[in-house]
Amino acid sequence: MLNYATKRAFIAILTLLVASLVVFAMLEIVPGDPARLMLGMNATEDAIHNLQEQMGLNQPLAIRYFSWLGGLLTGDLGRSYTYSVPVFDLIMERVAVSLPLAAISLALSTFIALPVGIFAASKRGKFSDTLAMGVAQVGVAIPNFWFALLLVYLFAVTLRLVPAGGFPGWGAGFGVSIKSLILPSIALALPQAAILARITRSALLEVLGEDYIRTARAKGLSRRQVLYRHALRNALIPVLTILGLQFAFLLAGTIIIENVFYLPGLGRLVFQAITQRDLIVVEGVVMLLIATLVLVNLLVDLSYAIVDPRLRGRS
Amino acid sequence: MAKKLESYWMKSWKLAIAGVAISLVISSASYAAKTDLVLGIVLEPPHLDPTAGAAAAIDEIVYANIFEGLTRIGAKGDVLPALAESWTQSDDGKVYTFKLHKDVKFHDGTSFDADDVKFSLDRARGDKSTNAQKGLFAAIDTVDIVDPLTVRVTLKRRSGDFLYNMAWGDAVIVAPESAGTNKEKPVGTGPFKFDSWAKGSQIVIEKNADYWGKPALLDKATFRVIPDPAAATAALLAGDVQAFPVFPSYETIPQFQADPRFKVVIGTTEGETVLGMNNKKPPFDNPKVRQAIAHAIDRKSLIDGAMFGFGTPIGSFFPPHHPAYIDLTAETAYDPELAKKLMAEAGHPDGFKTTLKLPPPTYARRGGEIIAAELREIGIEAEIIPVEWAQWLDQVFKNKDYDMTIVSHTEPNDLNIFSRDDYYFNYDSPAFKDLIKQIDATSDGVERTGLYQQAQKLLAKDVPAAFLFQLPKTGIWDAKIDGLWENGPIQANDLTAVKWLD
Amino acid sequence: MNIGKALANRSFCIGLIVTSVIALVALLSFVWTPYPVGAFDIAGKLKPPSAAHLLGTDHFGRDILSMIMVGSRNSIAVASVSVAIGAGIGVPLGLWGAATGGFVDEVLMRLNDLVFAFPALLSAVMITAVFGPGAINAIIAIGIFNIPVFARVARAAALSLWSREFVIAAGAIGKSPARITRDHILPNLASLLIVQATIQFSLGILAEAGLSYVGLGSQPPMPSWGRMLFEAQTMIGLAPHMALFPGLAIVITVLGLNLLGDGLRDMLDPRFQ
Repeated sequence: MLNYATKRAFIAILTLLVASLVVFAMLEIVPGDPARLMLGMNATEDAIHNLQEQMGLNQPLAIRYFSWLGGLLTGDLGRSYTYSVPVFDLIMERVAVSLPLAAISLALSTFIALPVGIFAASKRGKFSDTLAMGVAQVGVAIPNFWFALLLVYLFAVTLRLVPAGGFPGWGAGFGVSIKSLILPSIALALPQAAILARITRSALLEVLGEDYIRTARAKGLSRRQVLYRHALRNALIPVLTILGLQFAFLLAGTIIIENVFYLPGLGRLVFQAITQRDLIVVEGVVMLLIATLVLVNLLVDLSYAIVDPRLRGRS
Repeated sequence: MAKKLESYWMKSWKLAIAGVAISLVISSASYAAKTDLVLGIVLEPPHLDPTAGAAAAIDEIVYANIFEGLTRIGAKGDVLPALAESWTQSDDGKVYTFKLHKDVKFHDGTSFDADDVKFSLDRARGDKSTNAQKGLFAAIDTVDIVDPLTVRVTLKRRSGDFLYNMAWGDAVIVAPESAGTNKEKPVGTGPFKFDSWAKGSQIVIEKNADYWGKPALLDKATFRVIPDPAAATAALLAGDVQAFPVFPSYETIPQFQADPRFKVVIGTTEGETVLGMNNKKPPFDNPKVRQAIAHAIDRKSLIDGAMFGFGTPIGSFFPPHHPAYIDLTAETAYDPELAKKLMAEAGHPDGFKTTLKLPPPTYARRGGEIIAAELREIGIEAEIIPVEWAQWLDQVFKNKDYDMTIVSHTEPNDLNIFSRDDYYFNYDSPAFKDLIKQIDATSDGVERTGLYQQAQKLLAKDVPAAFLFQLPKTGIWDAKIDGLWENGPIQANDLTAVKWLD
Repeated sequence: MNIGKALANRSFCIGLIVTSVIALVALLSFVWTPYPVGAFDIAGKLKPPSAAHLLGTDHFGRDILSMIMVGSRNSIAVASVSVAIGAGIGVPLGLWGAATGGFVDEVLMRLNDLVFAFPALLSAVMITAVFGPGAINAIIAIGIFNIPVFARVARAAALSLWSREFVIAAGAIGKSPARITRDHILPNLASLLIVQATIQFSLGILAEAGLSYVGLGSQPPMPSWGRMLFEAQTMIGLAPHMALFPGLAIVITVLGLNLLGDGLRDMLDPRFQ
């Protein structure tokens, strides 16, 4: 097991290293110069040159890559070209929005999806099952940004219950801040919930078909008892795996929703940084997101291996 | 297990509902006091040092509020004294002697004197300068300290615009002690001082109790970043933001005009919006083609479609609110038949294929779609290529790798861009260059007006770019607010005289 | 599969009907739309649905129904080409990995993980920043992310086939791994791949809408559902119909494809029989 874990960890690190190279190379070919962008249309060429010098943009490529990589290893992500503050601080400010948003939507989607999935599985083939899965099918088909638009129209424009967008900052008070996260969370959570409900249902049904469940039924346990006492616990493993992946996805995948609601989250930071050619920020955020995903994948693999020793032989 | 799970879910639901209820109660309790103001801005500045960046968003926050220059620009575009209480000009017009205000202190407590003026001006024009408008200082030969409250600036040549140039945000006076950290923590001499910046959401400034001049009437002002037009509308309606000096959502303005709680002020800006053409690249090197394009564009439907009716049509490159302005829109009136005729005369009876590169603002993206459709009417197939600002500056502005583009030139007093060598229009007219040279050397008002009008006419005839409309300043604020600028002679939100009426 | 079984499958039937209708509408748009799709009528902008304009007009006075019809072509084109890229590259890679095993397999799968680990939209943003926005870049961005999906599916299924007796037997009589893959593995994967292609197709429609929505998809004058939604956003209080109908078009299309995919899987995948 230890051997297997070391090997997986090594592969994860290698993946990150390759990713850093790819990210760096990709951004190097992005046309546009941050110095020129900051100084605008009336800037003289020597002023632009001076600013490039200040930003360290005139150094050779390899030197910049290795100094960036060296920084990464010591936890220093460099300084933002545009904001001229450490990238790490900038990311932390945005994580303070993205993380709660992802967490709330994940919680919301779980609270909706698990009961619906279990309910549908327990009523397999009945009308209520068909209805629930039909609704879930529609939920999967709805683009979350369109759903967000409809929510804005209904709750912000028409009913004026919540703000249409923006984030006041946690300093403005917990209540106001949470209020501006309500619609985005719902918009993110519902399509996720639809997927999760379908997975919960099919995982449960698969488990319910196993031999030991039939044995339990034969022992005289009621359907209900079997469902909750035996089946649910086992079906939760694949569901939790999906949840883990969804969390990583939510953290990265909120770009569009953050754009709809103008939330100062990680996704918006990257989006802005790309348009401002603040490449060092883009590199930092992308590496952070990839690292999160790789880590989640690693944990999922390892937990599988713990549950199912047969997997350790293969990779 | 079953019971546990169920009751757990029930509890979580209850908690969630309670959480929402509490947050609703808390948020409705907050109310604005009468000496603070929340303003909406569309773009967040990259940093707050106006001497090291071109972003208008910097000036929108710091100009006149935090930083001051020797002179300043007033609400009507006039040059007023600021840190210099008075000045004299030598007979040959080349030497200015500025008398500075005394007892002026920077926000960090250090005192302001002639040393700071010399430092700021030399820094802006020096070898290491990263000033975005370094050209403003090009006329300066030397800056000398006569005494702590007197500065003498000697010019290389007469410059009719010198005092105006010294009023720009890029020419504000900074202290050597804080010049390096102004990006994050701006330290100026103005009536407000910097308080805090929550990146991505808002910037707060507060009253400077030790201000040397007439103190500000507000205690605190918050600039909230709201880039989304829909959110801007909602924020104003909800009262979260009480003023939006440049409101981004033209389509919802009528709604505010009908609402007595709000004041809607449609003013002008220095933004001449043009369809730029690459004058050296065929077929745009042919004046007939450029004229044909100008005649193919219906400015009215452009303004209605892209700007929802807000904006003043222009026929040359000059702001309509300027006293020397003449309306030349008739020179290139909408006339598709004439346009087709000109195309035929230019040797393109069947039109041609070309490209139209559009930067991000709404006026360009929406306007570009309309213009492309109108050009199709005279046979020109313009492929739309949206670009970001970074790409625009790189491809269009620097490398002149473009056919047509739409952009608003928002700098004040920028008629001379058509005289610059190597500018992205690639327009090269000795006659125009000569006119600009004369204007620069003329201080007399009447004479200047005459020259300005000649220059406008020349551009309207040559059509180095198709002149579209003047960008409006669409201000919306609470009807009880007084003192905000109606027009935008520069991109600034001067809050020194802003107050709440009772 | 037989027709009787197919007709008995509700998901399949509904999915097939919806998908066919959309395909027909896309074909129809080549020869007829209620209004020419590029026709501006700025005086008649933001009109709600009426007899003249069944789904209303947009901010330039264009007929929304016509734009949705033509926009379907864009969605279908982008989604189908990106599925073709994904399957065309991913399936051979997956089969190769399964056939060779060992180091090659390991490297291929780690590369897959790498592509998977990149936040998809971010990469699309970067691709577009380099090459400029447009339908082609949307296709590349979506296509790249289809590659690991197809590679994984093909590899997993092929691995299980390699341990089956008829494959082992084919190896015993001296057939090369490449021939075994062609003759025995691939034909048995076809149904699985068709199901996956349907799912990726519907995801492609969603992804294209998302990319266009943030301005990275196809550019005007070509109408696109995602961009129509973007343009509707600032007008949501004035003309909600501008946001409603393109969104419905996306939902119906994706729903139809998902139902079709579910139905196909029920019929083709042995595990569900």
